Amino acid sequence: MTPRNPLPAWRRYPLLYASLWRNSVVREMQFKTNFLLWIVVELLWFGLQLAFMSVVYAHTESIAGWTRWQVVLLVGCSHFVQQVFTAFFFTNLTEISEHIRTGRMDFFLLLPVNTRFLISFRKVDLGAFINAATAAGVIVFALRRLGQVPSFAESLGFAAMCFAGLVIHYSLMFLFATVAFWTVRAQGIVWGYYNLFNIARVPDGAFPPGMFRRVFTYVLPMILVANVPARVLLGTLRSPWELLLLAGIAGACFVVSELAWRLSLRHYAGASS
Amino acid sequence: MGKYLHVLNIGIQNTLVYRTNFLFRAAAGLIPLTGTLYLWKSVYAGQSGSEMVGGYTLIQMISYYLVVTLVDACTAVAEDDWQIAADIKDGNISQFLLKPIDYLAYRLCLYASGRAIYTTVALVPVALFIFSLRNYFAMPSDAATLGLFLVSTLLAGLLQFFIAYVMALLAFWVLDVSTFIFIQFAFEYIASGHLFPIDILPRWLALAVQFTPYPYLLHFPVSVYLGRITGPRMWQGFAVQAAWVLLGYGLARFVWARGVRRYSAVGG
Repeated sequence: MTPRNPLPAWRRYPLLYASLWRNSVVREMQFKTNFLLWIVVELLWFGLQLAFMSVVYAHTESIAGWTRWQVVLLVGCSHFVQQVFTAFFFTNLTEISEHIRTGRMDFFLLLPVNTRFLISFRKVDLGAFINAATAAGVIVFALRRLGQVPSFAESLGFAAMCFAGLVIHYSLMFLFATVAFWTVRAQGIVWGYYNLFNIARVPDGAFPPGMFRRVFTYVLPMILVANVPARVLLGTLRSPWELLLLAGIAGACFVVSELAWRLSLRHYAGASS
Repeated sequence: MGKYLHVLNIGIQNTLVYRTNFLFRAAAGLIPLTGTLYLWKSVYAGQSGSEMVGGYTLIQMISYYLVVTLVDACTAVAEDDWQIAADIKDGNISQFLLKPIDYLAYRLCLYASGRAIYTTVALVPVALFIFSLRNYFAMPSDAATLGLFLVSTLLAGLLQFFIAYVMALLAFWVLDVSTFIFIQFAFEYIASGHLFPIDILPRWLALAVQFTPYPYLLHFPVSVYLGRITGPRMWQGFAVQAAWVLLGYGLARFVWARGVRRYSAVGG
């Protein structure tokens, strides 16, 4: 039976997403203390990263050409992209292997919506928005200490590059999560991805040319995701190609993750069989 | 005693299942470590005149992080705290209250067997990694230093276990201990010397940290290894480390006794 008056997709999906948001808010507000404590945990870890850099700069003037406040801005950018990613996607992606193990994936596949949309956007982590805001605060503070005011074009470029970084994080982790269709127990792989975040806050110039640098620039572009947005704001971009590179890799990662997703679905035989 | 050997055996069998997971985790942990080491290398490269940063040469600094990785593999709690908290929350500890088996000893056996397997598996990628950095890796000055390092690592493992155990016992009082564990871990991460050697901190801060148990988890064993702490100061360090272990044990017993008095088994 076809539903009466099916809404067009451009109206159906925003409505659907709005109700997913409502669910998330209700869920989070059930455990208010826990919600606040998680924000404290994230703040502590962000503080730890900043503390590390400030200890290092107590012993040096610059690292690979980056001054103290430039690196603070870089750490801020890394945390900002990571927290926005956490807000929209992280919980959802860690749950994919659980969906497969428990058979809930079969149920999602039967719903009359795009399954990738549903499993990617199901839950929203509200605390992460607050953490993203603190990261933005640190970025603004660092800019003021540097006495720099980014132009409108630079701010726009920054936003675009953060979006590209978000797409990269999302696509790569989604790609890793779909491995669960083959091994079921992919939790470890997903958590391993968390380690990758850590190198995003290291100034790009610190990585000498070689395998490590190439892999983490072109294959898993962790060196780019925070460094490029930071350089846009600082006006230290070495060539406009860096922007195109990050945007291009973001697009490529998304396409690869979509192809892997389709392949996984074709391979998937359901939970009970 | 025999029953605990049996627990050790079960622990080994159970954790062997996760060997691929362990291998992956150990290898993935080397990626951020590489980032940190590159960061330090460029700090040293930018240094004009002096070859020291905070009293460390480049070789000492890199060795510091590599030995931290080794000690961490031997001593870090993996799932133990979550499992203990879950045992309390789900009422699984009731069976231990009824049987002639001591829960603390039982958990310690599981922790020891888990660490033994993890260390064995992690040694493969970590040893390869250290080999690739062999020009930057300092060996212990003599066999006695190595022996003392192993003793302090063992004590660090016990201390680490008692900290995790006491944190997990909070489950007697609160519904969700995970946030408390993460907050504690954040302090531990910086104060144990995991993030950077604590003696490169400003003097007063480094001194303040010395009054917590945390430096004895990583910084102390690594300093013994590197020969940065020797003679009477080292023996004093061992005494303080042993005292923290005893205190941790006492606290674990005390908190458990208080917790059990509060405990009402689910469905019981």
